[in-house]
Amino acid sequence: MPPHLASARTGGMAALATVIALLPLALSNNYFYDIAILVGLNAIVCVGLNLLIGYAGQISLGHAGFFGLGAYGSAILASRYGWPPLAAMLTTTLAVAVLAFLVGRPILRLKGHYLAMATLGLGVIIFMVITTEDKFTGGPDGIAVAPFSVGGLVLQGERIWYWLVGALLLVAVWLALNLIESPMGRALRALHSSEVGAEVVGINAADHKVMVFVISAVFASVAGSLAAHYSGFVTPGKVTFLHSIELVTMVVFGGMASTFGAVVGAAVLTTLPQLLTVFKDYEMMVFGAVMMGTMIFLPRGVVPSLARLFQPRRQEASGKEGGA
Amino acid sequence: MSLLQVESLSKKFDGLNAVDDLSFDIQPGAVHSIIGPNGAGKTTLLNLLTGIYRPSGGRIVFGEYDLTGRAPYEYAGHGIARTFQNLQVFFNMSALENVMVGRYLHERCGLASALLRGPRLARAEKVCRDEAAELMRYVGLRSYLSVAADAMPYGALKRLEIARALATKPKLMLLDEPAAGLNPTEALELDDLIGRLSERGVTVVLVEHNMRLVMGVSNHILVLDYGRKLAEGSAAAIRNDPKVIEAYLGSAVAHEDPVGGPSASAVAVAGEARR
Amino acid sequence: MPKQYSAPGSQGKGERDMSAQFMQYLLTGLTVGAIYALVALGFSIIFNASHVINFAQGEFVMIGGMVTMSLAGTGLPYLLAIPLAVVAAALVGLALEKFAVEPARGASVVTLIIITIGASIFLRGLAMLVWDKKLHALKPFTGDTPIAVAGATILPQSLWVLGVTLVIVLALTWFFSRTLFGKAILATSHNRLAAELVGINVRMVLFFSFGLSAALGAIAGILIAPITLTSYDVGVMLGLKGFAAAILGGLGSGIGAVIGGLALGVAEIMSAGYLSSAYKDAIAFVIMLAVLFFMPSGLFGKRGGERI
Repeated sequence: MPPHLASARTGGMAALATVIALLPLALSNNYFYDIAILVGLNAIVCVGLNLLIGYAGQISLGHAGFFGLGAYGSAILASRYGWPPLAAMLTTTLAVAVLAFLVGRPILRLKGHYLAMATLGLGVIIFMVITTEDKFTGGPDGIAVAPFSVGGLVLQGERIWYWLVGALLLVAVWLALNLIESPMGRALRALHSSEVGAEVVGINAADHKVMVFVISAVFASVAGSLAAHYSGFVTPGKVTFLHSIELVTMVVFGGMASTFGAVVGAAVLTTLPQLLTVFKDYEMMVFGAVMMGTMIFLPRGVVPSLARLFQPRRQEASGKEGGA
Repeated sequence: MSLLQVESLSKKFDGLNAVDDLSFDIQPGAVHSIIGPNGAGKTTLLNLLTGIYRPSGGRIVFGEYDLTGRAPYEYAGHGIARTFQNLQVFFNMSALENVMVGRYLHERCGLASALLRGPRLARAEKVCRDEAAELMRYVGLRSYLSVAADAMPYGALKRLEIARALATKPKLMLLDEPAAGLNPTEALELDDLIGRLSERGVTVVLVEHNMRLVMGVSNHILVLDYGRKLAEGSAAAIRNDPKVIEAYLGSAVAHEDPVGGPSASAVAVAGEARR
Repeated sequence: MPKQYSAPGSQGKGERDMSAQFMQYLLTGLTVGAIYALVALGFSIIFNASHVINFAQGEFVMIGGMVTMSLAGTGLPYLLAIPLAVVAAALVGLALEKFAVEPARGASVVTLIIITIGASIFLRGLAMLVWDKKLHALKPFTGDTPIAVAGATILPQSLWVLGVTLVIVLALTWFFSRTLFGKAILATSHNRLAAELVGINVRMVLFFSFGLSAALGAIAGILIAPITLTSYDVGVMLGLKGFAAAILGGLGSGIGAVIGGLALGVAEIMSAGYLSSAYKDAIAFVIMLAVLFFMPSGLFGKRGGERI
């Protein structure tokens, strides 16, 4: 197990880093850079969300809310109150973490459909607050956001952002892989499979669920802050229930309990609508059909389904080795 | 001093007394069995003794700590581990990882070190992996070291739960029908394993229908019927207790084919018949 | 939803006006609530039969309103247009079960949620193609001269809403308690395996429950369209609020769905009238979260004690 795990870890990280490093060769103009950055930001959210849904087995239909809070928090603090963007982002992230911690405990007592509905409700309420409190948020019209700057260095332009988001995605993936392979990560996977089984070996399931909920909210919030600064504008469009669904679909499409799956899911489903614009009016229909189709025919997601193709031989080999 | 003291413990479900005013002590360092007909409240009792159910009344004192009303993870933290009749294996992991999860209490790490995976954690993980592998060998799962849990046969999964429970380094281990579903050879191997657990210094509480196993390994037997204590004592005493024979044979005759036989072995026979 | 609901603000004109205003809010609230109740009933029927939460429930509401609008537009009388629209929605419901839910039987909760949400997006996209993105009006069934009730006024269409909802609730009660098929559905929701063992065709029950619940949704959509207008995306909010109503009443409980829907409608209109209308749409979700936090089984739901 250790060698092949190590290969999935370092090999996967290396592959991802290579893709990020080489992709610009194929990105012929700023429009493609723009899509790549969107992919990266969504992937960061999905890597966090996958810790919650894929590993700990707790669904959330409200993560667009945390993304939105990150975006608006940064926008309001940096633009309306003139805070330095980095301080605005860190403060916002901290606030989102506190909020997720406070609502996490009552929400994560729920299971299955009830948990889905509660997180959905939370997301919708965040959306409504953002659209209604127009004094701060600009309401449905949104607000402009100052560019990101660190110590006088202003970050602008697709290329700089590409490398920033790419680097952060690598960091996010690395953190997620570390967590999963730690005692804490094993505890999360354990409670996914059997909460009673986890509790009787000393794992406080409630605490762990809240913790991973907070982590996933923080990932979403940071991505939201970055997205706001990058595009220079935020609207409630990315805070909707539909966006929450898109995020969950990315995770499930790529493959639950697969960090690289989450990245692949984000990449495919972020670029898909761009391709679907060819279909114009059919875009929505096709997107709905893709969601249904993948869930019906590839319920395990793309990456684990592909990985399965290569797995049988390896497992047999390691079985023998263990028996020796 | 006794390891576990149960004082007038009760559990009601919708007015029905599953465990009813039950008191007993468990002394350290022996194999204790809890037997009784189906529905006598044995599994409910184990769920109470691990905090999965909250008692309707009474107290559970472990060593010097009153654990009444505490959460399951707190029971585990004080040194009570268990296995399940209907397996609670983590089927999304490898067998080895299942046992590694059992070491959770002894390998705590902060969130920061989990996320950053410092060298100390990496070393601790290696120790954890080695000890988990050692425990798997101890329970006889040498050949499953790198197998996924969902690819293991039933009998091996039962041992896996024992290894996982052992990994918590318990003072008291509750085994819920470990022999159920095992073939006779596997059941025989279990005698040996339970004996070794006891030698290791772990106090074992065994809930079991397999009377051959119970009579063979137990130093002390508690008989439950309708959630109450019917009898308590050594294997020999229980074997000849008329109350026990009646409870067992009475219900056995009612539910199963009547099995005749001399009273001395009636309990054992009835116990086997219901397997 | 548009602002037709908020009664004329008349503050400080004595007690009679106060009670008239209260009456007005109550009547409006009950009307909206009846629609939520119908949607919630649809959720409950499908949830009971299949343990699927059908996120496409709101689209049935949309289909009902839009199809009726189109058919009436061709000159067809309501007496024909409405049954046809209900049948159309029921067929969509059956197709949803057959082609999206049935193939994914035994899938996880997340998978089923995404499938039904995918279906709702698909249907909305389809509606956008078949019709357009505009708001459409539907003529009230019997005129639009308000009727005075205890100092307040009520639209004839609201009476239709309340009356039809009442008839449906009575009919469903009869159906589930007196007919063999209704009892088969109840049996399936109780214990699927046992139902199968006594010879109930469980697949048929699931299939039928989607049709029935789609028909209920469509009726709700037709009833409310003359008051609130209809469009391709009218189902999103109505679906979610119907869901909140089902949670409030207790997921899976028929009487709970009705009471939950009415209570939610009244709470929404009252809080918009007396407190602030800015968060009118949020009320349903705040109530839903409060219920989930403090009494997850709702007003009438079964308490689910998890045993190991």
